[in-house]
Amino acid sequence: MEYNVVIAGFGGQGVMLIGELLAHAGMDEGKEVTWLPSYGPEQRGGTANCAVVVADEPIASPILTEPQAAIVFNRQSFDKFEPVLAKGGLLVLDSTLIDRKSSRVDLDLVYIPATDIAMELGNSKFTNMVLLGAYLGKVNPISMASLHGALSVFLTGKKAALIEVNKRALQAGVDFVNKE
Amino acid sequence: MAEQMNVIYERPRSWANKVTHYCPGCTHGIAHRLIAELVDEMGLLDKTIGVWPVGCSVLGYEYFSFDSVEAAHGRAPAMATGIKVTNPDNFVFAYQGDGDIASIGMAEIVHAAARGWPITVIFINNGNYGMTGGQMAPTTLLGQKTTTSPLGRTSQTNGFPIRVAEMLAQLDGPAYIARVSLDSPANIRKAKSAMRKAFNAQVRGIGFSLVECLSTCPTNWRLTPVESMERVRKEVMPYFPLGEFKVAPGVL
Amino acid sequence: MSDKVLMKGAEALAEGAIQAGCRYYFGYPITPQNETPEYMSRRLPEVGGRFVQAESEVASINMVYGAACAGVRVMTSSSSPGISLMQEGISYISGSNVPCVIMNAMRGGPGLGNIAPAQADYFQAVKGGGNGDYRRIVLAPSSIQEGVDLLVDAFELADKYRMVVMIIVDGLIAQMMEPVEFKTRIDVSTLKTPEWATVGRHGRDHANVITSLTLDAAGLEQWNLKLQAKYAQVERTESRIEEYQMDDADYAIIAYGTMARIAKTTVRIARAKGVKLGLLRPITVWPFPAKQIQAYVGKLKGTLTVELAYRQLFEDVRLALCDKMPLGWYGRGGGVVPGPQEILGAFEEQFGKGR
Ligand SMILES: Cc1ncc(C[n+]2csc(CCOP(=O)(O)OP(=O)(O)O)c2C)c(N)n1
Ligand code: SF4
Ligand SMILES: [Mg+2]
Repeated sequence: MEYNVVIAGFGGQGVMLIGELLAHAGMDEGKEVTWLPSYGPEQRGGTANCAVVVADEPIASPILTEPQAAIVFNRQSFDKFEPVLAKGGLLVLDSTLIDRKSSRVDLDLVYIPATDIAMELGNSKFTNMVLLGAYLGKVNPISMASLHGALSVFLTGKKAALIEVNKRALQAGVDFVNKE
Repeated sequence: MAEQMNVIYERPRSWANKVTHYCPGCTHGIAHRLIAELVDEMGLLDKTIGVWPVGCSVLGYEYFSFDSVEAAHGRAPAMATGIKVTNPDNFVFAYQGDGDIASIGMAEIVHAAARGWPITVIFINNGNYGMTGGQMAPTTLLGQKTTTSPLGRTSQTNGFPIRVAEMLAQLDGPAYIARVSLDSPANIRKAKSAMRKAFNAQVRGIGFSLVECLSTCPTNWRLTPVESMERVRKEVMPYFPLGEFKVAPGVL
Repeated sequence: MSDKVLMKGAEALAEGAIQAGCRYYFGYPITPQNETPEYMSRRLPEVGGRFVQAESEVASINMVYGAACAGVRVMTSSSSPGISLMQEGISYISGSNVPCVIMNAMRGGPGLGNIAPAQADYFQAVKGGGNGDYRRIVLAPSSIQEGVDLLVDAFELADKYRMVVMIIVDGLIAQMMEPVEFKTRIDVSTLKTPEWATVGRHGRDHANVITSLTLDAAGLEQWNLKLQAKYAQVERTESRIEEYQMDDADYAIIAYGTMARIAKTTVRIARAKGVKLGLLRPITVWPFPAKQIQAYVGKLKGTLTVELAYRQLFEDVRLALCDKMPLGWYGRGGGVVPGPQEILGAFEEQFGKGR
């Protein structure tokens, strides 16, 4: 079994971080994982994306030409990845910041007001966790428990205080898709 | 009767009407604009050849409507020399970053300046390697943190910053050498007049010219565009003073 | 949980070099391996080593040359255009018989090209690039873990043969993160300064001189013959290959590095369809594992060489197999990386459905 996802948005939105969390959790479960960032001049203008693969078999390539899923944080990333998603793919997007609707009829679409939800939790910084939660509400490349484990690896020292609210943000994303 | 309109700002003809890839607040765009205005104003569009470096301005040739070539990292002055020699009536300028000119390409710029042949160099000093993600450059200030001087540049480990304009002005070859800053409208106007002199030094066949432009790199400095401009004034200018370091007779 | 950490290739390889005893690194930024010098600039001072950002790759390799003359474990890394600039130094280092390790994160060329993954520096790495009759050992890992493991071997081989050892990867391996474990740690205090090193006489009864110059032709020929004897020994003893699903294979893909990891999935897909496909993956591309590949003559109905370049690896396959079996080839250039299905398509096009 192989799960893969592209995560895309502006630098500073925690795009790379949730990709790393996912990969880390997969590694802790003994799975094969890769995480590949966009690199080089592509970063000029502030957009950033990463591709994550979690699989049982060794991973051929970390490059995703037809990703199974995409988590998108802004309009630019939506425009970029909507057309390349595999048939029947999953698209999770922050509907607080993206007003356009997808024109593809074959996708599983999650329009989640992630920034609004994050603000309710106290800070728009948690938007990335809400979106990740929504993704994990749909597919299960890794268990929520492993993700919680990864969180405590990334958030240490002073930041450890943020673990709980990050978990709540994740759960809010999961709850949103379960309610839908 | 239609009212007479005065054009006070328009897109230069030498500008290729494209959106640049530069980060918000980056002064590469300002330097580009000045070049385009001067090429227009001095009627050089048809005889200009731009030599572009390896650095954030590597795609500079995309943005202008005159002929351009792309040099290897640091070698723009050598390539410009080759171009100038074949068609001496052309206007040939090289555009270079600080890593390009003062690190890997130090030999080429020193010898181009020493040769003194009429080519022009626009040098963007932004204190780091923008393109590759903010590593230390020869112009990085002491104490400045970069991705390869994580604790701040120290003279013991990394040596001292290089003042390119002053250094080249020691040579007998150059006709015009100046340092300007792109941090404010007033300084941008001064930058343009220095660049005009540099262009003139070539057009009138007087000799080699170079304008060093103190520039910003908000992305890698991790500052806002406004903070970056302030940093240029507060931290960069004291080490890299503005001024003309060489003005040969006839340059105006 | 194991001792695995999730690390970017360019950083893991830097740490791998440090674990292998490297204490000196000289380099110049270039994408896609900037994280290697950046990591070295943070880490080397912590372990009592030195990082120097050189003014160019020409300077980097000559700083490496100097440090190598002192008999320490020293390394540089770069990407294609930077490695091109190092060719003079590599030739001098080889001609002087001193050891060092060089990593090349290959990118699309020629010229400035781009920063996407490529294998177009194969000829430069294995056939030459600099002047003169010299060889270097070239290792081609296809995962971050293998790269880290091979770095230990790289430094050992460099010291053993007093040769340049090159590790070739690409932007894909350098930029991605994979789980990695650092299994071997060389205690640098056990590394002895070789007797040939130029570290000052300190009572030694003769002066050590390291040079690649021999003016007299007969003398230089003798020197070349010595180098050749060494290279012949390396060819006899150090070539390595991974043979994947080869026991009952009718056909084999021949590929290295990134291309090989992708081709492995092609093999799995083909096998699921009932095609007896295997993979021959050179781990050393110099010395080229020709013997190991030749052992399949008479057993295989054909091979498909796959690379991120245009018929470079293929040239060595042809030298090894001549007309002993049908030789297919498939490659992409400029940084385009084909997926497993595309390779299978190329296989089927050239060999039919393989049954
Ligand atoms: C031979 C070679 N070495 C290294 C590089 C990688 N490289 C690309 S741009 C750059 C530095 C650019 O810095 P600078 O000249 O200061 O320009 P900026 O991006 O700051 O404008 C480097 C080292 C290269 N392309 N070629
Ligand atoms: S990285 Fe720096 S120099 Fe390059 S475009 Fe961005 S702000 Fe300008
Ligand atoms: Mg710079």
